[in-house]
Amino acid sequence: MMSADLATLAPEIVIALYAMAALVFAVYTRKDALAGSLLWVTAAVFVAVAVYLGFGRDTTTEAFGGLVVDDSFARFAKVIILLSAAAVLVMGQGYLAGRGLLRFEYPALIALAVVGMMVMVSAKNLMTLYMGLELQSLSLYVVASMRRDSLRSTEAGMKYFVLGALSSGLLLYGSSLVYGFAGTTQFDGIIAAAQGQAPLGLLFGLVFVASGLAFKVSAVPFHMWTPDVYEGSPAPVTAFFATAPKVAAVALFARVMHDAFGGIVGDWQQIVALLSLLSMFWGAIAAIGQTNIKRLLAYSSIAHMGFALMGLASGTEFGVSAMLIYMAIYVTMNVGTFAFVMLLERDGQLVTDISALHMYAMQAPGKALAVLALFFSLAGVPPFLGFFGKLYVLRAAYDGGLAWLAIAGVIASVIGAYYYLRIVYFMYFGKEQDDPIPSGGTLVNQGLVTGCGIAMLGGVLVLYYVEIPALAAAISLVQ
Amino acid sequence: MTQLILFMPLIGALVAGFGWRITGIRAAQWITTVLLFLAATFSWIVFLTLGPETQHIKILTFIQSGLLDTSWGIRLDRLTAIMLVVVTTVSALVHLYSFGYMAHDENFRAGEDSYKARFFAYLSFFTFTMLALVTADNLVQMFFGWEGVGVASYLLIGFYYRKPSANAAAIKAFVVNRVGDFGFALGIFGLFYLTDSIKLDDVFAQAPALADMQITFLWADWNAANLLAFLLFIGAMGKSAQFILHTWLPDAMEGPTPVSALIHAATMVTAGVFLVCRMSPLMEYAPEAMMFVTFLGATTAFFAATVGLVQNDIKRVIAYSTCSQLGYMFVAAGVGVYSVAMFHLFTHAFFKAMLFLGAGSVIHGMHHEQDMRNYGGLRKKMPYTFAAMMIGTLAITGVGIPLTHFGFAGFLSKDAVIESAWAGQGGGLGGYAFWMLVVAAAFTSFYSWRLMFLTFFGTPRGNRHTHEHAHESPMVMLVPLGVLAVGAIFAGMIWFGSFFGDHSQVNKFFGIPNHHAADGDGADHKTDGEHKADDGHAASAHGVTSEQGGHAADHAQTDKHHGDVPEGAIFHHPDNHVMDEAHHAPKWVKVSPFFAMIGGLLFALWFYVWSPSLPKRLATANKPLYEFLLNKWYVDEIYDAIFVKPAKMLGRFLWKRGDGATIDGLINGLAMGVIPFFTRLAGRAQTGYIFSYALAMVLGIAALITWMTLVA
Repeated sequence: MMSADLATLAPEIVIALYAMAALVFAVYTRKDALAGSLLWVTAAVFVAVAVYLGFGRDTTTEAFGGLVVDDSFARFAKVIILLSAAAVLVMGQGYLAGRGLLRFEYPALIALAVVGMMVMVSAKNLMTLYMGLELQSLSLYVVASMRRDSLRSTEAGMKYFVLGALSSGLLLYGSSLVYGFAGTTQFDGIIAAAQGQAPLGLLFGLVFVASGLAFKVSAVPFHMWTPDVYEGSPAPVTAFFATAPKVAAVALFARVMHDAFGGIVGDWQQIVALLSLLSMFWGAIAAIGQTNIKRLLAYSSIAHMGFALMGLASGTEFGVSAMLIYMAIYVTMNVGTFAFVMLLERDGQLVTDISALHMYAMQAPGKALAVLALFFSLAGVPPFLGFFGKLYVLRAAYDGGLAWLAIAGVIASVIGAYYYLRIVYFMYFGKEQDDPIPSGGTLVNQGLVTGCGIAMLGGVLVLYYVEIPALAAAISLVQ
Repeated sequence: MTQLILFMPLIGALVAGFGWRITGIRAAQWITTVLLFLAATFSWIVFLTLGPETQHIKILTFIQSGLLDTSWGIRLDRLTAIMLVVVTTVSALVHLYSFGYMAHDENFRAGEDSYKARFFAYLSFFTFTMLALVTADNLVQMFFGWEGVGVASYLLIGFYYRKPSANAAAIKAFVVNRVGDFGFALGIFGLFYLTDSIKLDDVFAQAPALADMQITFLWADWNAANLLAFLLFIGAMGKSAQFILHTWLPDAMEGPTPVSALIHAATMVTAGVFLVCRMSPLMEYAPEAMMFVTFLGATTAFFAATVGLVQNDIKRVIAYSTCSQLGYMFVAAGVGVYSVAMFHLFTHAFFKAMLFLGAGSVIHGMHHEQDMRNYGGLRKKMPYTFAAMMIGTLAITGVGIPLTHFGFAGFLSKDAVIESAWAGQGGGLGGYAFWMLVVAAAFTSFYSWRLMFLTFFGTPRGNRHTHEHAHESPMVMLVPLGVLAVGAIFAGMIWFGSFFGDHSQVNKFFGIPNHHAADGDGADHKTDGEHKADDGHAASAHGVTSEQGGHAADHAQTDKHHGDVPEGAIFHHPDNHVMDEAHHAPKWVKVSPFFAMIGGLLFALWFYVWSPSLPKRLATANKPLYEFLLNKWYVDEIYDAIFVKPAKMLGRFLWKRGDGATIDGLINGLAMGVIPFFTRLAGRAQTGYIFSYALAMVLGIAALITWMTLVA
């Protein structure tokens, strides 16, 4: 019995053991000098596990008495998490090395965070959920303040930690309410209790749990930490924040809503729709005022989370698959965009002011073109990939009877288009610069920018191959 | 071969329009012209060798959706053949003529020579669409051609795009035609609604059934055949510039003169007449609609002739003349003698194209002076042009030997129209049509001779410099005149028998089985059956249509013709004996147009040769009448007041208030006021203090809890 349970959790166990082994190994050998190769090895482990998960399994298995589950929904989310984490790891190497930040703890912490995320998306019990969430969060608090000599970085880590603690408190309070009214922390038990006219206490518990999760997703009004943390953290960490944890949080959100509260869809649908609406608009409107590209991308990710939640809000199978596809596309776009952000260096300093992008196309026509594709895609301009992502969630919302939300989403994306297109405008039609950003950067990042840029168009062709597993994943989640 | 005729102009248009950079402008001009001459040659071969049966040549499938089946196909019968000849011949000659006329155009700047290739491409494109119209085997294809010629006409009227007046005229032509096209489209919809088909054969087969059907339209019940025929005729009115929808035609003279000759005299404007003749199986069952056609045709003939009396622009005189002659054709069609309508269309194409090209030659020689008051005495300077114009005038005024079949083309065809009008009793209007046409004939004679006298006789008037440099046109412009002159002289005499001879001759020409008009009702059915057995043509097609006809028979049990597609290019109702009666018209009827012509000639001589000061005195003495005619019965002014001004006001309102103030204001207000306000708000909310962030979260959860409590 035990061996079957361990086999089900093998990917998480492998990465966790790897992280600890790497830490111990590095401590007793050459410490930070090993960090570079450690980072690549970690990325390789991620990719290997992702490949194993993507192709190696196709059943639904529960383990440890139903505390965790391995189904195609979890696997889909895990594959995205692992691949994006790998991409973000390798793209940050040059940046971190250049600033003396490349410590051997970094890849190990990321690996532990990834384990936390994997536990989150596999959770079938409020306790497992909390354990995964905290493992992830604690790792992230540390990496956010990794640049200890920087005021901003430490401030970012501090803010994230305090507010994260508050959100954990909300989540735990909600969990205890749920436990109180359902008599169990097991999702199977909760769903049995939460049918039809659920008791108000259970609904309160639901609201608190949802709020705690919304914090991780950075949905409005639980988003306030996002711009500050994005701005303060080192760029590779920001890139990480924007990708893998978002996927994990959204997937966890869907997991809890459908697996634990699938019987009262009508009740949580309202909350999720409201969070989605606020996030889309607030993200779009607040981003207009930003001049720092990292803050701008923070608001961008808030708006995008709004769209992803729109898929969840529809409460349907198709909605979940739309959400997963949206997240896959979102992650690809953000990997490309952050790889680009890390290219913007002048004299060894990261340039984050968007006015620095004036006439960037003159400096680096190829990269500018790739970034154009990325930003058009972020704005949702057809025929780029981002458009299809939006199309899926809009259709899901419309089919789910939330036509008003779909219309609002279209309006919000129109508002949001402004700040994406403004950057493209700067790059191509801006003012002449006295001191332009030199075209450079590591090979990895250039490759990622170009690759993701191409994927914005080419991805449309293979979208079908993402749609099938996404739908299978959604079916496994929504019974 | 027919396909070649149809597509050669299209190929020419594409090559000249898109490929002139590769071929060169000169070559582009030659390619289109040579292709058109080839098409004309083939058309004549088709025309002269055409058999009696209607041929259906399928080209490809266009739309197939449910019952709707619109294939591209050619319907080749006598009507098509006539139009093929007219269109390709005139078009070929106009292409040739344009070499000279468009050689140096001062509306284009130096280095803009590509206008020539463009002009030829447009001409060829027009020819293609016109051919698509006349060869159509179904109504949608016809509509395609109908709209295609409209586009070509628009492009060519506005060819001098730097002239505001040309642009305005082009738009006017397009908009006025839209009114007609709307009627045409409604007619097609109605036919499809009632017959489930837009194939001409199916529609024809069910025409008798339609005559017994009622249809509700605009809150009233109508006889289906009459209503549909009327709607189709509205389309014809627009395209053929009939009264109340005629206003675009005189303005269309803003286009280059070859265009006027080709589109606005010989071909496109006759599309309406063609349509009525083509739909003869339907028209024959729509007596009231036909009465309207006759009435409007006669009115137009008279109206346009009166306006033509006082115009001073040489092209406008001919334009009103065209309008008037189209009225003649509609009268002939309206009383049910379609062959005569086609006859006049045929001869008119020759002499009217020639008059226009002659006028173009005068204008060309006089450095783009178009006012006849500044002409005079040009006979000596332009002898060939004068000769051609004289032949054209003799043809249009109808000079010939009365009571014989010897005369210019217009003599034979116009007299045939007038005799038919008399015999048809104006389709129930009594002598209205007949007398209108006779008076119009007198007026035609007057204004045509007036044009000749003012232009070629008397002493030179106007700018002396212009007159000194007046010159005869080059050979490329004179050759087409010569060719058309031959047609204007002989076309009537050669084909008189075929169009307006005795029964067997006409029936043979149009491929109609001989019993139709000759036999009574009783014998009809039997002969019909025999005939079908005899030639056994298109047996399968017949089977299909018979079936559908049988379906229609539920509605129409009284009529014996249902279920059969009438054979031949045109159809006469068994009770339609108008042509026979026209042949037996009294002598005074037959000579009346001749005397009308003589009267017009004498008045013109008196006014413009013997006593040139008289017109001025007469105009001052009858100022209101003169002004009324000079201002074209004030139709444009009335339209301006009723339609144009209110439309402009509405447009201005929607533009300024609706679009500018409301929509732009809303969007700009949102984009520049509301959103930035929220952006600033968002910026302020992001204080950077951890406690305000926590507060936001707590407020958020409080709001959600409240919401949950209220909803649950």
